Amino acid sequence: MYHAEEPREVSLTIPIVPNMEMAATHTAEAVLRLMRFSSDQIDEVKHALIEACINAFEHSESREGNVYIKFFIDREQLTLTIQDFGAGFETDCVPRPSLVRKLAGSEPKRGWGLVMMESLMDDVHIDSGPQGTRIVMIKKRLEETAE
Amino acid sequence: MNSSFAIAVRKDPQGRFAVVITDGYINNLGGEKIGEAAHRLIAEGYTRIIINLEKSTVINSIGISVLIEIIEKMEETHGRLAFCHLTRTIQKTFTMMGLVQYASVFETENDAVLGVLADA
Repeated sequence: MYHAEEPREVSLTIPIVPNMEMAATHTAEAVLRLMRFSSDQIDEVKHALIEACINAFEHSESREGNVYIKFFIDREQLTLTIQDFGAGFETDCVPRPSLVRKLAGSEPKRGWGLVMMESLMDDVHIDSGPQGTRIVMIKKRLEETAE
Repeated sequence: MNSSFAIAVRKDPQGRFAVVITDGYINNLGGEKIGEAAHRLIAEGYTRIIINLEKSTVINSIGISVLIEIIEKMEETHGRLAFCHLTRTIQKTFTMMGLVQYASVFETENDAVLGVLADA
């Protein structure tokens, strides 16, 4: 049971290897259960984390080859950071996906990762540049649904 | 990292519908297997396909993009696609993306069968 008065931190480094995002979700689940998040909230964080990881896997072009994940445990919320040291990207240039356009064939079927993260988390912030990309995501604990 | 994925297909003896049953993480590889199964069924003439996700509680955006390809194909053939046994997170994601406007969502496989046959 989680009774910490002070924020705590859990760190995880995963190599850029297919399906290694699932290792991150196992850690996320352990942390969120410790924090007494509801099962639905845990599921949402796991899916958002998967998207952040595969974004780094597919787009970072990191030579260093790792993704660094941190879970900052606070009484009311979990803050996750997902960091790579790859090429970075222009966050303003990422188009908002549209299913209508995708079904019409006027845009690629993929490209849902960022909106998935935004819809499943309470806050998502992305810093990206030539030194890499850092995604910060926050999930607030819902007292009334805590299990 | 174990990310095994399995698929099974159950066909209605009368050929009215088919059910694709998934088991495991739906990533790019899982999505491809679902896509292959769906495209085979469409080629065989099935216009009503149900995807049962009861044993797939995790899906990523690449896997979902394959489901969008299936929706596209079903639209072309004027078919009907339905999903059942979605977790709340997957249903929330499908709703956010707009998939539920093109594919029906049912709680159980039986409900989905009744639903896709309703307009038969």
